[in-house]
Amino acid sequence: MGQNKGKPQTVSTKKGRFRREYPYYLMLIPGVAFTLVFSYLPMFGLVMAFQDFSPLKSFSGSPWVALQNFKDMLALPTFWSVVRNTLLISVSKIILRLLVPLVLALLLNEVLSVKFKRMAQTVFFLPYFLSWAVVGGILRSLFQYDGMVNGMLMSLGMERIMFLGSNTWFPIIAVISDVWKDMGYNMIIFLAAITNVDPTLHESAALDGANRWNQIWHITLPSIRPMVVMLLVLSLGSVLSAGMEQILLLYNPMVYESADIIDTLVYRLGLVNHQWSLSAAVGLMKSVISFILVVISYAIATKRFDYQVF
Amino acid sequence: MKRKKISVFDCFNYVFLFLLVVICIVPILHVIAVSFSEKLEAVSGTVGILPVGFNLSAYRYVMEDKQFWQSLKVTLSRVLIGVPINILLVVLTAYPLSKQNSRFHGRTAFSWFFVFTMLFGGGMIPAYMVISKLGMMNTIWALTLPGAMNVSYMILMMNFFRGIPSEIEEAAVIDGANQMQILFKLFLPMSLPALATIILFATVANWNVWMDGYLYMNTPDKYPLQTYLATTLMQSKNNIEAMMTPEQLVQMAQVSEKTIEAAQIFLGALPIMCVYPFLQKYYVKGIVVGSVKG
Repeated sequence: MGQNKGKPQTVSTKKGRFRREYPYYLMLIPGVAFTLVFSYLPMFGLVMAFQDFSPLKSFSGSPWVALQNFKDMLALPTFWSVVRNTLLISVSKIILRLLVPLVLALLLNEVLSVKFKRMAQTVFFLPYFLSWAVVGGILRSLFQYDGMVNGMLMSLGMERIMFLGSNTWFPIIAVISDVWKDMGYNMIIFLAAITNVDPTLHESAALDGANRWNQIWHITLPSIRPMVVMLLVLSLGSVLSAGMEQILLLYNPMVYESADIIDTLVYRLGLVNHQWSLSAAVGLMKSVISFILVVISYAIATKRFDYQVF
Repeated sequence: MKRKKISVFDCFNYVFLFLLVVICIVPILHVIAVSFSEKLEAVSGTVGILPVGFNLSAYRYVMEDKQFWQSLKVTLSRVLIGVPINILLVVLTAYPLSKQNSRFHGRTAFSWFFVFTMLFGGGMIPAYMVISKLGMMNTIWALTLPGAMNVSYMILMMNFFRGIPSEIEEAAVIDGANQMQILFKLFLPMSLPALATIILFATVANWNVWMDGYLYMNTPDKYPLQTYLATTLMQSKNNIEAMMTPEQLVQMAQVSEKTIEAAQIFLGALPIMCVYPFLQKYYVKGIVVGSVKG
């Protein structure tokens, strides 16, 4: 502030501000350039959803077809089942990704042995660091026809099950393995929130004769409820993303009926069948609905929980 | 206090959590066990969490597999090239945006410019077209550049910078330091915990992702390790095996690659599992800071 000594006061407001602030603009150039190219350019690329796009003719040469691609999208025989699969898988994931870590955090918080607590936390958090390629391999090894789970079923005298080829089992395995992999993340958040609860509340409750269950139920849970609800609200925007990296790796044509999600459909239509425009139309529909949901959820989070994006 | 005594609740709690710990760790132990087992035992489904027999041939096979080493090289180079670019962009962007509106008048507009990309995206196909039009297909740049400007890391870093008192900057300005010097000589050394966290986030993310290699690389020799693992899984005989009758399985048993796959999976996860216990605490800090403020 006030570094422009000797300069006339009149020009200092605008010019002085620029002199002070231009280094900030220079620093932003690389980040802005990358964001323009890799985030905004693809948004403009979405015009291909309204074209009969072919890579050779590119964006300028491809003919415009208005909403034809969206009509084709709705006419896809599997469209509604894909939407249903996406919602079923992602909503189950969203709920369990909050519920399971919440229970884990509450129970871990009650553990008195520091060593056991640290060990358990390390184990619960470990799968989060494994890639889907690795977890996919582990799941395959566990659940394939000659895998460990079927080996156990056999030794118990039961029939083997084609877990990964079954429309009943595949979505269940997808949801459970996703929760297993990522539960450590929210568990850490909840544990931090629980430790922030005012300890005098627990002390006075204990004096009033409240046992551990009562304390969890009447003090800890209400204290962190806003955080749980906020995370739930914020996950609204991902309701149409059911986990591409996971599903694409594990599914097979036998379970398309129950496992094909919007992202895998986009992938197959575009990059396997080269129906670029149809595929972009499905992607655009997903982006627009997600955007509306995210805006709603951020609005709720800002209003109800003083959440700030930046 | 009652808390000192071990109650029924504690017993139940310990047993329950211990069971969960076991359930969490068994799948990982199982894959390790399969990788060391005899091939025939591995396909019969009798391997639990301990190897049946002891056979290193799967590891010998992987060690001699040129493709495995090649893809490891791609992964290492994407980490070594990608992470520094990532961090540089994030730090350079976070610094101006951490200033108050009165100090940097473009702040709100630029913040929205970046945050908007978290709300809306072009999706897979247009992104693919952009990468392909830029001639980045089949190059390391397709893996390192598109995600380099990560807005969540930027917000984390920005929040950390905001906690640094502005008096420090004012004093440096009076001493004649320019903004670049203030950022790299003052702010950054004071932000080592946050910096360590985002370096860690970026390294793990670069190591683990397999989709981008699958989308943007045309030839397997350009695949990063996780893409290589993913494609062997997707193409493997086991994929068909999941749908085969027991009779066909017996025929397949001799040529099964199950132990090799298990060895690859284990080796692909090994580096992360080795460093994880030491880095966990930085990660935890980063998550907590990010969730509380961001």
